[in-house]
This record gives sequence, structure tokens and C-alpha cells, in this order.
Amino acid sequence: MLIFHGSKADFDRRTDPKKGPVFWSEFMAYLQAIQNAGVVIAGAGLEVPENGKIVRVRDGSSQVQDGPYAETKESLAGFLLIEVASLEVALDWAKKSPWATHASVEVRAIMPPGDVRAPILPA
Amino acid sequence: MNESATQSAIETVVRQSYGQIVAYLAARSGDVAGAEDALSDAFLAALRRWPVDGVPDKPEAWLLRAARNRQIDSARRDQVRLRSSEYLQQIAEEAQTMATTIDSFPDERLKLLFVCAHPAIDVAARTPLMLQTVLGIDAARIASAFLVAPKAMSQRLVRAKTKIRDATIPFRVPEPQEWSERLAFVFDAIYAAYTTGWESGSDSGSTHAALAEEAIVLCRVLVTLVPSEPETHGLLALMLHCQARRKARHSSEGRFIPLDRQDTEQWSRPLMEEAEEHLHLAAAFDRMGRFQLEAAIQSVHARRAVTGETDWQAIALLYEGLVRVAPGIGALVGRAVALAQAGDPVTGLKALGDIPADRVTTYQPYWAARGHLLHLLGRNSDARAAWQRAIGLTDDPALRQYLMERIG
Repeated sequence: MLIFHGSKADFDRRTDPKKGPVFWSEFMAYLQAIQNAGVVIAGAGLEVPENGKIVRVRDGSSQVQDGPYAETKESLAGFLLIEVASLEVALDWAKKSPWATHASVEVRAIMPPGDVRAPILPA
Repeated sequence: MNESATQSAIETVVRQSYGQIVAYLAARSGDVAGAEDALSDAFLAALRRWPVDGVPDKPEAWLLRAARNRQIDSARRDQVRLRSSEYLQQIAEEAQTMATTIDSFPDERLKLLFVCAHPAIDVAARTPLMLQTVLGIDAARIASAFLVAPKAMSQRLVRAKTKIRDATIPFRVPEPQEWSERLAFVFDAIYAAYTTGWESGSDSGSTHAALAEEAIVLCRVLVTLVPSEPETHGLLALMLHCQARRKARHSSEGRFIPLDRQDTEQWSRPLMEEAEEHLHLAAAFDRMGRFQLEAAIQSVHARRAVTGETDWQAIALLYEGLVRVAPGIGALVGRAVALAQAGDPVTGLKALGDIPADRVTTYQPYWAARGHLLHLLGRNSDARAAWQRAIGLTDDPALRQYLMERIG
């Protein structure tokens, strides 16, 4: 999975009246190229973390809190789930993304489908 | 002698003779990692002794002797375990002869290069292996140049060295019947170092960019070892011509400048002259090859520094030769562009169209070239679509910005 992390400045770039259009045309060109390569399984861009909600269930009661999730410098801005032959190919695609030139792209392998058995429920 | 002077004396020896000492030791033991360990022990010994005793007259011989003794010690330890008295005897005899004859030791680096680029070695490990064993560059720096995690690079190198030892890959120059093929592997590994470094952007101070220079150093070594092979000179000439233009590829603000717009005043005259010398040396053998043709193409480009013009007819002709010798995707795209620049963009576009679609899906230069040719033909909206693809496929921000501006 290609995971796009970004700071507030990186999020702002997407909606900036001057930088925004440049960013999006570069990014759309990238999306088109990676889709043409036939490797994309899924992907999405995310709204700013301030618009998110954080849910916790404790002692049977749920708490809903406004985002951002934590006071971190970087948050998740989007992801692409791709299927490629090797880590090297995935790294190449990460390098090609315009996001990598101002923010950062994390490349993570998907866990292999393991022997996950459903828990046995009481009858 | 103070410590920093010793340090710099050792560094000089490392730069000049690391590969020679490793090659000499490994050619005898078959164990590259063991040779490197023995040599680094010898460096430690030198750090202790040289400040006291002074730097020896022949520092390489001193280091070689120290490393060889270390190797013999550890071999003896292993052999005691294995109880092989015959081998112990052999080592003892060798230690005797070495003490008297080692002052001038044979250069075994060519054998080492062939071992590094041996077909049994993983292709991705060949170039890093050469950089480490022949030039003595440490794994962390190689890793950063290849944009690989240091740990992953170390593991790759360790695996390759274990393979050399355990598969007893022979330290020898290949037989005549396999010579060309095996030499081609050495070329590929050196050229891979160059292109990996070349693709780095405008940041010429990066370790990534330094890789291109190390590739040239490796190739200069290869030229001294096999001076009678024209393609060796061709490869060096090619890299030197490209390297000569390094500074001119980006403006002072880091903007990408295409070859035909570069200020020829910024091209390095000494590098271009050295390139031309090697092209002439290669031509004397009258055996054309891929790298000579590629170097000749760059040589025609270089002539613009003198004539002010680019002879695209000559370049197109050289590409015709190149696609027959080595029909790689780069050559096919280059030929199409040359045809268009020589005045026939229709044929150029057709040549691009003849390249199988599955070879160009993710090949960025194809889409940049296609955009350019469509633009020459006035098909501006098609050109924009092709450039869009090219923008999406580049990892070079300067090139991305340049193409964005062409789309307008």
C-alpha cells in the first residue's frame, strides 16, 4: 500500500488557489499513469483530519471526539492499494508520485492471507 | 606523525589500492568477505602502528602483508578444527614466499570484476558489489545512492559474497568463447551505476549523483585492465560525454533544461576531450558496438559546442545502427525522435507507433517523445495527452515542472 502522509501545509496545498491547480494536474497525471499500468486495486484521498471523528468504546459506552486524531505533525492524506511484483516496483511508483516531492509516501506490504479462523461462539 | 596525518595516509591508500588488495586476497582464498575483513583489520593495525613507526615506504605492501597474515591466522584456526595438516603446510609455505615477493603484487581486479558480474550473482547485487569491493565504498553510502535501506543493502551484499564463497565462483578471466557475454555483464553493472546516479535531479552534491562519478572511476579502471576492448572505451566515452553536461542540465534555480537548449559554455571541455580520445581509441579497432554507437550519438550532440548546430541526420543514422545492434526501448525512442528532428516527424511518429504497446506503458521517455512529435505535427491536444502520461510517470520534480509548462 502506498500511504500518503502530509503536514498541514501539504493539505493546504491541495486547496490553495495558486498551488492547488498545479498540484491536482500533476497528481491526476500520476493517477492516470499508475492506473494505465494496471496495478491499482483501490485508492482514496482523504479530507483534512480536522473534519474527522474519533470513536472509542469503553465500558460499554461510546465516545465520539472531533479530529484530528492526535497532535501529530503529519496525518494520513490518502492511499493507493496496488499489486506489483516486488517492493522495488512499489518504491518506484511511490517515487513517481508528486506527493513524494513535498510530503512523504510510506510503502507497506499487505499481510498475507493467513490462517484466520473465526472465533468459536458459544452456542 | 599525528593521528590525522595517519588517517589521511590510510584514506589515500584505501582510495588507490583497496580494490587491488581485496582482489589479490580474494583471488587466492575465494572469499571476498574474508578478504575485506582481513583488510579492515590491517587498516586498524595501520592506525595503531603508523603513528609510531611512520608510514611505510610501500603502504600497500604493508597492508597486504598484514591482511594476509590475518587471513592465514583465521584459516589456520579453521583448519585446526578440520585437522587438515596438508592445508596448514600450504599456508605456511605461502606465508614464507609472500614475505619476500609481495612488494609488487599482481593486479587481480579484472578477475574480481568478472566475479562481481558473474551470472550466478543476483543482477541487483552486481553493481553494489563492484562499488564496495573494487572502490571500497561502504554499504551505507551505496545504499543511499541506490535509495535502498542500509540494512537491505548490507544483506544483499552479504548474500552475494556468501554465494561467491560457497559456490566457489572462480577468480579467473573468462575463456574466449564466453568472453564477450561475460564482459557485457561487467559493462551492464558499471553502466547501471552511471544511469542510477544520472537520474538524480539537480542536486549534484547528493550521494546519488556521486554514483555517476564512481561509475566513471570504475570504467577508467576497466579501461586500464582491458585496453584492447573497443566497447570499454565506448562505454567510458559515453559516460564522459553525458557527465560533461551535468551542470548544464539544470538552471541555477534547479529548472530542467533539455539537451538542445543547454548552454554549451557550461559543458565541461576536459570531459568532452577525454570522451573523444576514447572514441578514437575505440575506432582504431574497427569493431563497432552498442556503447561506441551511443557514445558517437553523444559526440554529435557535443559538436554543437563548436558548430552551434546539431546534425540530426547523423544522429538518425547512428540510431539506425544502434537499433540493429541493441534494439532496447531507449534506442527505439531515440531513433524516432532523431527522425523527427531530422525533418520527418511523420516517420518519427510512425516509428514510435511501431513499438509494442506493452513495452511503453510505464516508459516515461516514450510519452515525453510522443508529446514532442505530436506537437511538431501541430496536434496539440494529442500532444498534451501524451505529456500528461509523461508527467505522471516521472519521479524527477524538475522534469515534471518542465513538462507542466509545456502543457501550458
